[in-house]
Amino acid sequence: MTLKIDHVSREFVSNAGELVTALDNIELVIEDQEFICFLGPSGCGKTTLLRIIAGLDTATSGRVVHDDHEICAPDPKMAMIFQEYSLYPWRNVLENVAFGLELRGIDRDTRIKEAERYLDLVGLEDFSRSFPYELSGGMRQRVAVARALAVDPAVLLMDEPFGALDAQSRNMMQKELLDIWNKTKKTIVFVTHSVDEAVFLADRIVVFTPRPGRIRENIPLNLPRPRERTSAEFASIRRHVLDLIDETSKSGKV
Amino acid sequence: MKKNLKYFLPIIVIFCWEVIAIVVNNEFILPRVESVLAILAEPLKDLFGSGSLLENAYMSIYRVVTGFLLGACVAIPLGILMGRVEWLDDAIDPILQVLRPIPPIAWIPLALAWFKIGFGSILFIIFIGAFFPILVNSIDGVKRVNRTWIETAQIFGASNLQLLIKVIVPAALPTIWTGLRVGFGVAWMSVVAAEMLPGTTSGLGYLIMYAYNFGQIQVIIAGMIVIGLIGLCIDFLLRQVERRKLHWQGMER
Repeated sequence: MTLKIDHVSREFVSNAGELVTALDNIELVIEDQEFICFLGPSGCGKTTLLRIIAGLDTATSGRVVHDDHEICAPDPKMAMIFQEYSLYPWRNVLENVAFGLELRGIDRDTRIKEAERYLDLVGLEDFSRSFPYELSGGMRQRVAVARALAVDPAVLLMDEPFGALDAQSRNMMQKELLDIWNKTKKTIVFVTHSVDEAVFLADRIVVFTPRPGRIRENIPLNLPRPRERTSAEFASIRRHVLDLIDETSKSGKV
Repeated sequence: MKKNLKYFLPIIVIFCWEVIAIVVNNEFILPRVESVLAILAEPLKDLFGSGSLLENAYMSIYRVVTGFLLGACVAIPLGILMGRVEWLDDAIDPILQVLRPIPPIAWIPLALAWFKIGFGSILFIIFIGAFFPILVNSIDGVKRVNRTWIETAQIFGASNLQLLIKVIVPAALPTIWTGLRVGFGVAWMSVVAAEMLPGTTSGLGYLIMYAYNFGQIQVIIAGMIVIGLIGLCIDFLLRQVERRKLHWQGMER
């Protein structure tokens, strides 16, 4: 399986009536089981690209191809995890996790069993009858991850999934995500504006420049996992990426 | 003391009423508390050949429930449709904005012209009373459904029907429910007003108007108390459903 982003551009008309290029001719191939991070300041189009991959948005030109078929609408082989507010507050945790299976017409017993299995995977088996508002932010995102995994997608699309969490839960969730990724071997496309998060998680970091959104650099990371945030290698990659972002944001202002 | 004020105040009000009634000493202006209580104590007693309090209350409730359900059956689907389909909303909204501020009672002459005196025109007035609050809240509820909830369903490949049934309607339900509560309140006020129309021969509105003709002020007040209590009870029931079934309201996270 590969995910091919083929000369994708996206333009839109701003409220002021100007034509804004959110993405300019993006070319990228994402390999099977790869953990890739889209990194860049807000407004650089990384979320727009993720939404195009997800089939929630359409490219002005170019196309996204997944296993020889072009993405025009949400694809059953992909699941997306949003930053927040994605759980249904009127459903309990188990019913939330089973939601995707329910839409696909899986019978009740099977989908409950599957949902329980994935709740187990994210360590929330004791909370299946709780409602989202009874959970902490980190737990809610774990439910969202379980819900996405339950439909057995090949690709997980994550849009700043830990962006609304406090630093501690965020670090914990990053570790757990790597754990889950190891167990399930999904391809993960992860959008973030945190350099630290990207360096901790990714096999490859794609750094975006803002307005027009372009790929500044593709940085493969060969650091072994688990990665130590305080190690010298970690710090040097971090510095390199930070410099890139600094540079692009400066040039963006001129 | 401040906390108990809500229990004390009714007692004070009733006490003052009694004192004033004794001073005025005229049953045709202000009857004594006990004569009103005497009427309330016998809800099954026939009052000057117009049926008992209970019979008339039943008639009013029957009318209001029928008209209210009719209004809800039209307003909720239309509201959901208008909330989802922008051009439809744009097309209907101006008419809605003009019709909405017209009080249900102002429709009475038209109702009489169209449906003649009787059940039809009363039903129409109740329908109008219930319809607008339910419609407006349904539109609003559907429009304000969190975009992420919709997109999550789309990601999982929801069809339009699934999206409607499994996301839009449950998400909008608390707002729709508020519309139902407000709509019922207006419908209840409308039925009492509509029953005062000439030619009506049952219902609490009729009863208190008829009692006026006989100078039976204690029946009027007893009827008003029953009207108030029924409205209160129904609102309480609707609130209870809201608390049990829509407990997630305001807790979206």
